[in-house]
Amino acid sequence: MSEPISKLQAALAAGQFVVTGEVGPPKGTNVGPVLHEAEEYLKNSVTAVNVTDIQTAVMRAGSMAFSHMLVDRDIEPVYQMVCRDRNRLALQSDLLSAYTLGIRNVLALTGDHTTMGDHKEAKGVYDLDSVGLLQAMSILESGQDMGLDMKGNPNKLDGAPRFFKGCCVTPCTDEIEPQIIKLEKKVEAGAQFVQTQAVYDPAAFEKFMSGIAHLKVPVLVGIVMLKHAGMAKYMNNFVPGVVVPDWIIKKLSEAAKEDRQKVSIDICGQLIREMKHCCQGAHLMTLGWDMCMPSIVQAAGLA
Amino acid sequence: MIVAERKPFDEIMEMVASCKRVLVLGCGGCVTVCLTGGERQAEMLASQLRLAAGAKGLAMEVDFDSITRQCDKEFFANLKKDLASYDAVVSIACGVGVQYMGEQFASARILPGMNTQHLAANTAPGVWTEYCHGCGECVLAWTGGICPIARCSKSLVNGACGGTNHGKCEVKAEMDCGWLLIYKKLQETGRLDELRKLRPPRNWRKDRSDGVRRLVLKDMVEEETKS
Repeated sequence: MSEPISKLQAALAAGQFVVTGEVGPPKGTNVGPVLHEAEEYLKNSVTAVNVTDIQTAVMRAGSMAFSHMLVDRDIEPVYQMVCRDRNRLALQSDLLSAYTLGIRNVLALTGDHTTMGDHKEAKGVYDLDSVGLLQAMSILESGQDMGLDMKGNPNKLDGAPRFFKGCCVTPCTDEIEPQIIKLEKKVEAGAQFVQTQAVYDPAAFEKFMSGIAHLKVPVLVGIVMLKHAGMAKYMNNFVPGVVVPDWIIKKLSEAAKEDRQKVSIDICGQLIREMKHCCQGAHLMTLGWDMCMPSIVQAAGLA
Repeated sequence: MIVAERKPFDEIMEMVASCKRVLVLGCGGCVTVCLTGGERQAEMLASQLRLAAGAKGLAMEVDFDSITRQCDKEFFANLKKDLASYDAVVSIACGVGVQYMGEQFASARILPGMNTQHLAANTAPGVWTEYCHGCGECVLAWTGGICPIARCSKSLVNGACGGTNHGKCEVKAEMDCGWLLIYKKLQETGRLDELRKLRPPRNWRKDRSDGVRRLVLKDMVEEETKS
């Protein structure tokens, strides 16, 4: 196996239990606050930080520029790429650009539908699907692209990138087999690590993990910080494949308002402790509560 | 079949508001079958326009006519009205009819009375559901006869995304997840291996990215040229 090309890849290869965080670029040009949060709270507590790509189809600043700003600050990004907004020309071009800007970890996602966001009349692209995007990365790494030259031969790149290629899966969805089949295809297409949709049910997650043991791919269990009981109920009702069990909702609803953050940190810590034995890391989506990250790492017994 | 929905009445009224003579032209093809653009609907729209014009004090004469198909020259001889004698002809055929009539009757002003929608099956009384996208490269052989291009809201080719939710799509709670339907069908028929195969990105040239598409039956064209 060739040398790891990112800290994330190296840590997973070394068998460390890895924690990643997540930031979303702002809706606007004021990048200062999010960059500050990342430097202050994420830099020293996580291995890499995902940068969301026009998350939930709500228009905002781009993930490549923001990932690059993290590289500049010595914070390793996981550049998220969705297939919703760009065709294969733009996706491949952005992959080359990202590589030249020092970005190495890339997470391939389908992308929430345009109607989920704030530009509902936009045309969704989906030229490639997430499997196709992983294939595109693998092809670029081989020194070619997805197109053909005038003679019908594959184009040759003047300099090939290398990525640590990631993908997503929803472990607690109601129909697990199609998710597993698609994950198998993502791995076949080149995926080297997995960050999951939010999981709150350790037993269901363990079962899922045994179902994908044959893939031998490192998995970082996803956890979205639940800020209050209403948010947990919302996720149960509206976020596909996410099930927040009653004990968590009860804990959150019983907590006094000023204690909620602490309760939420404890829940994250407990979930990680309970799932740590069956996966290779945790992906924490703090949704603006980045200041909690050091405490979560501590609560999980990882500090 | 092609299904089309009639445009809101006010939009049609606005299009013809300045006209003295208007013809509403129905089509006996698909839009008659889906009960939106046939002779009966032409007659109804004509009376609606007459009433609305009267209420607004506009001197507007409105007639109606209908032919077997507006997308086929063969039937144009059956027109009872002279299109060029009207200020506007509101075609309630699909978008093909509107354009083809306009091309063949260059001196007439053909306006669209419909919003053409999709290729559908009549799934329940009064309901026409999209089944085919006309993508130009049919995949039904390996998808259990269920089309992911038309019936997955993202036209994915390798299986469901994370937006699949208890058999429904993230886009609309009442819409089935096309890929879950495909999965179930392949599972029931013992053909899940079809789902396991890695599918390459699609060739969208067969869809719309190669410009205007034409179906050419070479034999027939050659035969015509000879005779």
